[in-house]
Amino acid sequence: MALASLAVLVPLGAAIVLGGTTSLRRRRIADAIALAAATAALGLCLALVARSSDATVVAWLGGWHPRDGVALGIDLVADPLAAGLAAFAALLTVTGLVVALHQVDTASHLFHALVLLCLAGMIGFCLAGDLFTIFVFFELMGVSAYALSGFRVAERAPLEGALNFAVTNSVGSLLLLAGIALLYGRTGALNLAQMGDALATRQPDALVAVAFALVACGFFVKAAIVPFHFWLADAYAVAPTSICLIFAGALSELGLYGVARVYWTVFEGPIGAHGEAVRDVLLALGLLTALVGAVMCAGQRHLKRLVAFATVAHMGVLLCGVALLDGAALVGVAVFVVGDGLVKAGLFVAVGALEDRRGSVDEHQLYGRGRDLPVLGALFGACGLALAALPPFGPFLGRALIEDGASHQGLGWVAPLLVVASALVGGAVLRVVRTVFLGRGAKPPPTHKAAVEEAGEDPAERERPARASVVVALALVGLGLVWGLMPGLVDAIAPSAAHFVDRRAYAAEVLHGVRAGAPGVASEGPTATAWLYGLASAALAAVVGLARTVPEGPLRELHSGRVGDYVAWLATGAAIVAGLFAITLG
Amino acid sequence: MSVLAYLVAVWLLLAGIYGVVTSRHLVHLVTCLSVAQASTYVLLLAIGYRSGAQAPIFGDIPQSTPVVDPVVQALTLTDVVVSATVSALLLAIAVQAHKRFGSVDPDELNALRG
Repeated sequence: MALASLAVLVPLGAAIVLGGTTSLRRRRIADAIALAAATAALGLCLALVARSSDATVVAWLGGWHPRDGVALGIDLVADPLAAGLAAFAALLTVTGLVVALHQVDTASHLFHALVLLCLAGMIGFCLAGDLFTIFVFFELMGVSAYALSGFRVAERAPLEGALNFAVTNSVGSLLLLAGIALLYGRTGALNLAQMGDALATRQPDALVAVAFALVACGFFVKAAIVPFHFWLADAYAVAPTSICLIFAGALSELGLYGVARVYWTVFEGPIGAHGEAVRDVLLALGLLTALVGAVMCAGQRHLKRLVAFATVAHMGVLLCGVALLDGAALVGVAVFVVGDGLVKAGLFVAVGALEDRRGSVDEHQLYGRGRDLPVLGALFGACGLALAALPPFGPFLGRALIEDGASHQGLGWVAPLLVVASALVGGAVLRVVRTVFLGRGAKPPPTHKAAVEEAGEDPAERERPARASVVVALALVGLGLVWGLMPGLVDAIAPSAAHFVDRRAYAAEVLHGVRAGAPGVASEGPTATAWLYGLASAALAAVVGLARTVPEGPLRELHSGRVGDYVAWLATGAAIVAGLFAITLG
Repeated sequence: MSVLAYLVAVWLLLAGIYGVVTSRHLVHLVTCLSVAQASTYVLLLAIGYRSGAQAPIFGDIPQSTPVVDPVVQALTLTDVVVSATVSALLLAIAVQAHKRFGSVDPDELNALRG
């Protein structure tokens, strides 16, 4: 099928044309080409979703088909979840390019080229059916993301953010590559399906356990799982708004997609029998991430860092969903990725619009200065409630299905912890509504940065971009809210999720071209308990919104901004995860 | 190959990461990262090595000659390219830091915290 190849090639080709030619440097021409390419990629991905809902689309590049279960060629595999995630990444990229239309600091054809490279990497990463190809696309999206986060090189913070981002993620990807090398040594294959078949007949040993740990940790760095998360707030806080929304909505989620994809195609055979041990380790990491991210989020007064830590917290929620290692919870993960991703992306755009209008993203400096921006204030309020999982909106539906999945496995205590995490995140956003847009509560001590005040008092210059951003933010948040109300959503995703976790069906389709029928799955909406949890977390968020920012604490001290510390945490975390897996599985 | 190659790979990884963690100079940091990345090259080549085998070029050797695994060599080459890209980007950041802020100590950039 040419569709899958084109979805990668179109943005890649456009990026090369934009980056390599001098005649297309005019801003509007670059805008038009980039938007056209990203929209085309979005259309191709949506077409893949539609086509793959009947049967998985497998494209063997160059016609190198597998023979007798041995694959020498490289394949792109599109099932509805993979193609759907690629389409979501493309949608956010289109939105990011629209936001960038009016921004001065993105006025370069190289910016557009990098955005399209990142998109090509993200789509290729979703569709690749070969572990080394996954690595290559992972690096492609990674390297273009490093460059994008540090795009405003003239300032100190973007430089440091990009440095931390690039160094920690490079260490992560070398762990991933080491894991791939060990797996290749064991199986003699790189194709996911063939590796899975080769491992399925054996008992897991220490080598397989360590390889799984290395691959998972490599992806965890991108997914910002504690203790691999330190770089994220630094990078997201300094990137241009148009990039932040792509990062927060899609890039981090792709890291977890990598874990899920590799687990269910390669490791499910040998490790599946010890699923509980894997589940416990991943669940512990997920809960730790959700709580650490939420506490850090509640303590922030820098609004972009606040949203960045909200991303960390919700990556923890998602990991909890993946950790349950079961198709029903995976439906929740898929719903949450889109619903929560849209709301977070909208919130980032809203923060950007506030920065355009008032020249600051510091909650204390902005105190009461948003009183005359009712639309933006309402937008922040809606985001806060949605992030706190107020029923029946998008993020609620996803979290509820994850909670129900946990309860089914006898892990009823997971849900209250997720409630606390969401409430802290939503409460932090509601607190910003109270202080910035309503001017209520204790007035913060005056800050001695008078210069910032003036930047906001230039309305004619800033009005237009800000208005465009507000419209985009409204659209994103609106979509995120409506996502949970779509009739038949869960029923539509459930068969795809059940198919995603079926290793044998995947291998049969990829290696032998056997069409597996869509499994009949009984899907359920959220239970009454989940509705109560949703209402409780929204109420709790309202209470948290009345509280003051958390003062400096030991947890914040750990986020030192030193890249050396971050890498030390990363190495320690990887050693612990590898040790745990080696002990429990080996 | 003997176990030595694997030990070298582990050693390079640990030494490289130690260097990154303790580095006080951006160029030194980038070089240490390259050392850590070199561990994956050694690991890959060690996995594909066969004692007494030829290079996998079948121009003038018979088809049945034992050769080392060409796949890992291709992976290593790709990996070298990826690492070079990352190093180039990081060195560009180091140059910018030096030009604009007169410092190449990662601790002195110090704009982000908490």
